[in-house]
Amino acid sequence: MELQKLHTDVLIIGGGTAGCYAAITIAENSPDTNVIICEKANIRRSGCLAAGVNALNAYITEGHTPQDYVDYARQDAEGIVRGDLLLTMSEQLNEVTAHLERLGLVILKDENGNYVTRGKRNLKINGENIKPLLADAVYRLKNVTVLNHINMTDFSVTDDRINGAFGFNTQKEIFYSISAKAVIICTGGAAGLYQPNNTGFSRHKMWYPPFNTGAGYAMGIRAGAEMTTFEMRFIALRCKDTIAPTGTLAQGVSAKQVNALGEVYENKYGLTTSQRVHGTVMENLNGRGPCYLKTEGITSEQDDALLKAYLNMAPSQTIKWLESGKMPSQQNVEIEGTEPYIVGGHTASGYWVDTDRETTIHGLFAAGDVAGGCPQKYVTGALAEGKIAAGSALKYICSHDLHEVVDEEISRHFSKAEKFLNGENARFDCEQLEEAMQTVMDRYAGGIRTNYRYNEKQLAAANERISQIEALTETLCAHDMHELMSIYELRERLTVCKSLIAHLEARKETRWHSFAENLDYPERDDENYLCYINSKLENGRIKIIKRRTVKEDEHYEHNDRQ
Amino acid sequence: MSIMIDSEKCIGCGRCAEVCPGNLIVMDSKAYMKYPKDCWGCTSCIKECSAGAVKFFLGADMGGRGSLVYTRQQGDILTWVMECPDGSVKEIRINRKESNRY
Ligand SMILES: Cc1cc2nc3c(=O)[nH]c(=O)nc-3n(C[C@H](O)[C@H](O)[C@H](O)COP(=O)(O)OP(=O)(O)OC[C@H]3O[C@@H](n4cnc5c(N)ncnc54)[C@H](O)[C@@H]3O)c2cc1C
Ligand code: SF4
Ligand code: SF4
Repeated sequence: MELQKLHTDVLIIGGGTAGCYAAITIAENSPDTNVIICEKANIRRSGCLAAGVNALNAYITEGHTPQDYVDYARQDAEGIVRGDLLLTMSEQLNEVTAHLERLGLVILKDENGNYVTRGKRNLKINGENIKPLLADAVYRLKNVTVLNHINMTDFSVTDDRINGAFGFNTQKEIFYSISAKAVIICTGGAAGLYQPNNTGFSRHKMWYPPFNTGAGYAMGIRAGAEMTTFEMRFIALRCKDTIAPTGTLAQGVSAKQVNALGEVYENKYGLTTSQRVHGTVMENLNGRGPCYLKTEGITSEQDDALLKAYLNMAPSQTIKWLESGKMPSQQNVEIEGTEPYIVGGHTASGYWVDTDRETTIHGLFAAGDVAGGCPQKYVTGALAEGKIAAGSALKYICSHDLHEVVDEEISRHFSKAEKFLNGENARFDCEQLEEAMQTVMDRYAGGIRTNYRYNEKQLAAANERISQIEALTETLCAHDMHELMSIYELRERLTVCKSLIAHLEARKETRWHSFAENLDYPERDDENYLCYINSKLENGRIKIIKRRTVKEDEHYEHNDRQ
Repeated sequence: MSIMIDSEKCIGCGRCAEVCPGNLIVMDSKAYMKYPKDCWGCTSCIKECSAGAVKFFLGADMGGRGSLVYTRQQGDILTWVMECPDGSVKEIRINRKESNRY
């Protein structure tokens, strides 16, 4: 591999929703600041927004306030949220929405020019081209350099302060060492930890992008950053087979969740996100599955509108309807829970940040699905966090100089990658080890096939086996840069799995059914667990830190770094 | 679910390989789907291909029946074309300036 050393004021890792918007914010507020975006694919269609999205799920609609949004998210998460993060995010939602519209996003309006809402917090849009719109806006910026097809793998940190990061080109044999005054991590969440719904040819037909592999979490964990609430996994309720979102059916045509007997069951179990999944699991366990969204009886105009709406975000579902010859008006849509994901934009897993989105590593900021404590972010929340993190990074670089990444550290990371590229005669390949990891997580750490449940004995077994698989990754070899990326992705996932298992083990209660259902402790325990479970890697061991809840009237700072 | 690339139609512009969020398509003189089992089904490559060479299908394991889908673009109109195994063709036209109704 060739080695390239670069320098910049701000390095943004991950050119997705939050990353692109962070770059836009920096350029608007400080046009002379140099920014590099490193993106593993191409910012035009990378990350969650690749296929398009169906609605803006987070917006403060007429008659509501940002505080209402905080209250909603807190209730849905049974209390384990950061009030300060939710409020500062919510206060930005409408402004970033207006900006999206200026960038060209089509948002439905009524005859008076007001946005048409869907439910209490959503706006109706045509979100098929939302990512190209963001990317075009980034390419118009003068001092922002976009490096596509660069997979970042590690931070350089000295004395808890960021110096930069390392990565490599996914196509050409080039290794990068990038020194920066500040870094914003925006790599999204982690999919592919657990065995997915489809296990064969269509194994990657999952809800969360299979290419968001938890790199940002793993980089932070290895660098000693504090992480929060990994145990609050996200499990989505989705259309069977296609794993397409269900909100359009539930909210758009008011389809209710019904069991095989046609009974509406959603009210029996509660309406929080986790209770909706749990209800579906219980109906199946009690012999009343499969479960459906009741669409039979809608009109044929509604059928046509649904076919189009799904083409704008999850085209497989439209093709499925067309191929089967049965429209939703003629046949209820079967639903199932997905495998668990770690995603801080829906639940609260991720970096432990202060109110300004700085992590516990000085000069490293986090935004979007990679940042913890602030669930229900969705698209607009990720933009809002990108904006807040960018503002904080700009402030930080005013008083901090560049710390050049030292050659000795570069050569350590460079040789590690070279070792995989030069290896021969590997016993196992990456795909086998990935399957092994997913099977272990599924069976022992509460996957689909154990109805998302686990006990302490199983978690201990999971931990042991994941450690064994991790050791085997040292023997892998890569024949090209794409295979090298696969090895690093697998290693990232294994790092995330180990932290996740430690978190599941540490929360000795069941606060959220399905998301964290501990069979040894089936009840909620507010006396001991109305707090955050945080973790930090110290001398190769995961240390668990319990922290008190933070309310929205507080400006939280990292005063007691552990 | 995955995609296939019709090399007769492919003009080798490289756009599909450039945008795939998983880096799954590689270029020779023509585009080639190297990792069919790793496809997420986002259809980015299909919308990027002006030659209509990239086609999408549902895997049999998720109930697919062999139809192939590609897109055509004219101004604001994005047309999704579905070629069914029985030879019939279905089309759905979407105006990119119109919002979803739901
Ligand atoms: C299928 C789907 C549908 C959704 N629908 C809606 C909706 O209708 N409405 C709504 O409001 N929200 C929706 N969401 C949620 C919303 O899209 C996300 O919460 C939000 O986009 C997350 O933004 P992000 O910047 O954190 O992640 P992303 O936008 O995914 O960005 C992460 C970026 O990091 C890159 N990256 C990852 N690893 C590396 C690495 N190692 N090196 C370099 N780059 C890397 C990725 O390629 C990607 O570009 C949906 C999400 C999904 C997955
Ligand atoms: S976008 Fe279409 S024409 Fe261009 S390389 Fe890909 S398949 Fe070929
Ligand atoms: S559908 Fe998406 S993931 Fe699949 S090859 Fe095309 S761009 Fe890549």
